[in-house]
Amino acid sequence: MTEVKAVEIKAKLIPIYIMGKKYEVPETLTIMKAIEYAGYQYIRGCGCRGGVCGACSTVYRKPGSYKIMSGLACQTVVEPEMYLTQIPFYPAIRSTYTFEKLTGKPEEVFDLYHELFRCVACNACSKVCPMDVEVMDYIAALKRGDIKAAAEISFDCIQCGLCASRCMGELPQYHIAQLARRINGRYLTPQAEHLKTMVANIEAGRYQESLTGLKVMDINMLKETYTAREMEPATGGEDWIPKENIGL
Amino acid sequence: MPIKISKETADEQIRQKVKEISGEDFQKCYQCGTCSGSCPMADQITVLPRRVMALLQLGRKEALEEANTHWVCASCHMCVVRCPRGIDIAKVMESLRQLTLRKNEDIINPSEISKEDTAKLPQVAMVSGFRKLTS
Amino acid sequence: MKISYYPGCTLKTKAKNLESSALACLDALGVEYEELPRWNCCGAVYSLSDDDLIHLIAPVRDLIRVQEQGFDTVLTLCSMCYNTLARANELMKNDEVKRGTINDFMDEEPDYKGEIKVVHFLDFIRDEIGWDKLKANVKNPLNGMKLAPYYGCTLLRPGDVSIDKSNSPVVFEECMEALGAEIVKFPKAIECCGSYQVLGNPEAALKVSNDIITEATAFGAEAMALTCPLCDYNLGHRQEEMLKKYEGTKALPMFYFTQLMAVALGVDPENYNLDLNQAVSQEFLKGKNLLEKVST
Repeated sequence: MTEVKAVEIKAKLIPIYIMGKKYEVPETLTIMKAIEYAGYQYIRGCGCRGGVCGACSTVYRKPGSYKIMSGLACQTVVEPEMYLTQIPFYPAIRSTYTFEKLTGKPEEVFDLYHELFRCVACNACSKVCPMDVEVMDYIAALKRGDIKAAAEISFDCIQCGLCASRCMGELPQYHIAQLARRINGRYLTPQAEHLKTMVANIEAGRYQESLTGLKVMDINMLKETYTAREMEPATGGEDWIPKENIGL
Repeated sequence: MPIKISKETADEQIRQKVKEISGEDFQKCYQCGTCSGSCPMADQITVLPRRVMALLQLGRKEALEEANTHWVCASCHMCVVRCPRGIDIAKVMESLRQLTLRKNEDIINPSEISKEDTAKLPQVAMVSGFRKLTS
Repeated sequence: MKISYYPGCTLKTKAKNLESSALACLDALGVEYEELPRWNCCGAVYSLSDDDLIHLIAPVRDLIRVQEQGFDTVLTLCSMCYNTLARANELMKNDEVKRGTINDFMDEEPDYKGEIKVVHFLDFIRDEIGWDKLKANVKNPLNGMKLAPYYGCTLLRPGDVSIDKSNSPVVFEECMEALGAEIVKFPKAIECCGSYQVLGNPEAALKVSNDIITEATAFGAEAMALTCPLCDYNLGHRQEEMLKKYEGTKALPMFYFTQLMAVALGVDPENYNLDLNQAVSQEFLKGKNLLEKVST
């Protein structure tokens, strides 16, 4: 057995610039942790810390390049001489609509977002997107009325708003893309038939009995039932079917 | 109506700006009026293109700003292909529009286009209209 | 020969009838084409400011896409797209300084030097197919149709991108003549329909469009052939407004020239997409027995 020694590992400190001020931070940190290490406290501009909520979009530059780089503060590791600021929010107006009243026509999108037609294809949006979404391409698709293509191209969008911050045409791209995805999901993709059957079953009281049973169950019995519930085994495979096939 | 011309009435800045933005030398215009005769919007504009060129030569900033000519111009280029002096008058009109648009002022508000009109308008109308009439 | 095809935004919605009929004609004439797999809106109007390069980015990007696609010619159908792409191409070909700036700005794209040839459907048919071959393919001539071809602005002006002589063009008339139409020439055929002023000064646009229609009617036209979706909107879709506002204006059927070509070439009527035309246009073709003849 090898002896385990407690070794103090000291991460190398590197200089970064946060909003123009220089800080020495451990090189292993993400931008978010580096900002906290430097003494800032997050009140806004930080959400899931897992790269999906889009609250911590950050723009930065590196010496020797004119390029504007971007990333999510919670996902991007600091680099020496990084010159950064976090853009926790960028104003972009989301048009209001009653979704049920839409029918999926391109003109409905045009009406809610006329500014679509101010895009000049400068591509600043795609270049700044931390999720590598081809923003310019989905705007191009929407201008020609192809909502489906726009929904598909924008699928990885996390609504961080960096595209809107860089837009020459003053578009709120990510809100428009969200509308496109909603319309696509509701009106343009085939609806699952079994979902309709399921909803009808529920409305007809399929789960009423078991639900009432749970409601009156005492706490210990409830815990026992929960622990004993049937779960799909890790090795289940595709043809696994639950014994109590209540969900289908 | 006679107009008084002096150093005071001539605005050099607008002359320079228009030259810079358009890249055209309106000084070459010899006032033949072919542009005015070719303009499809002639009866809809307050100042005919020949006169716009004269006002530019004289640096009459206020009169140019009051004219609706460049806002009614549809950039059809009829005057351009017919100008015996080879002046791209459409570019001059564009520069007059830009003097306003570059101050972040809009002539039309895209958000105010009605639902009914949006349902009918071809995309090409909105793209071109916004290009020409919004900042 | 195979060429690249750039549709333009409106051809995918309001002007589907322009696209579907044109592509059916290409098929009938044995022209192979491939739509650009990735394209953006060209911007519809060429920037007329000498110091403004940003509005050139969109059309140049499309030309780069054509280059990436591996073609040397791009075919356009919409007059506005033709003009914007062709003018941007001329600039990239001839202005070394601006070319450099634009290429530097688009650092994510390969450089472009104006190598692509931008053509419009009309000059493409004239130069690559020829009127004789077009005529030979006519199965259903437009005999007896008194047709006024209307050019509008952007196919003819400015001179350096004009598909014919700016002030006295004949290409459109020759094309329609080859299809068997009786040509009605009228002076306003090369004048402006009001273009984007439909947004800025809708009444002014309505007036010039009305002037065009009344003049064509006065010269004996019973229908008009168009090349541009914006002309179609101003001259066709706003006719109802004209009829209400102007005394003496008569409804004039409007067609995209490719629809009439499709009729003459006898392609499947499904490709005409006539439902996107005004009712008066649909009735007119029916009245001329041009629809029945094809479908039987």
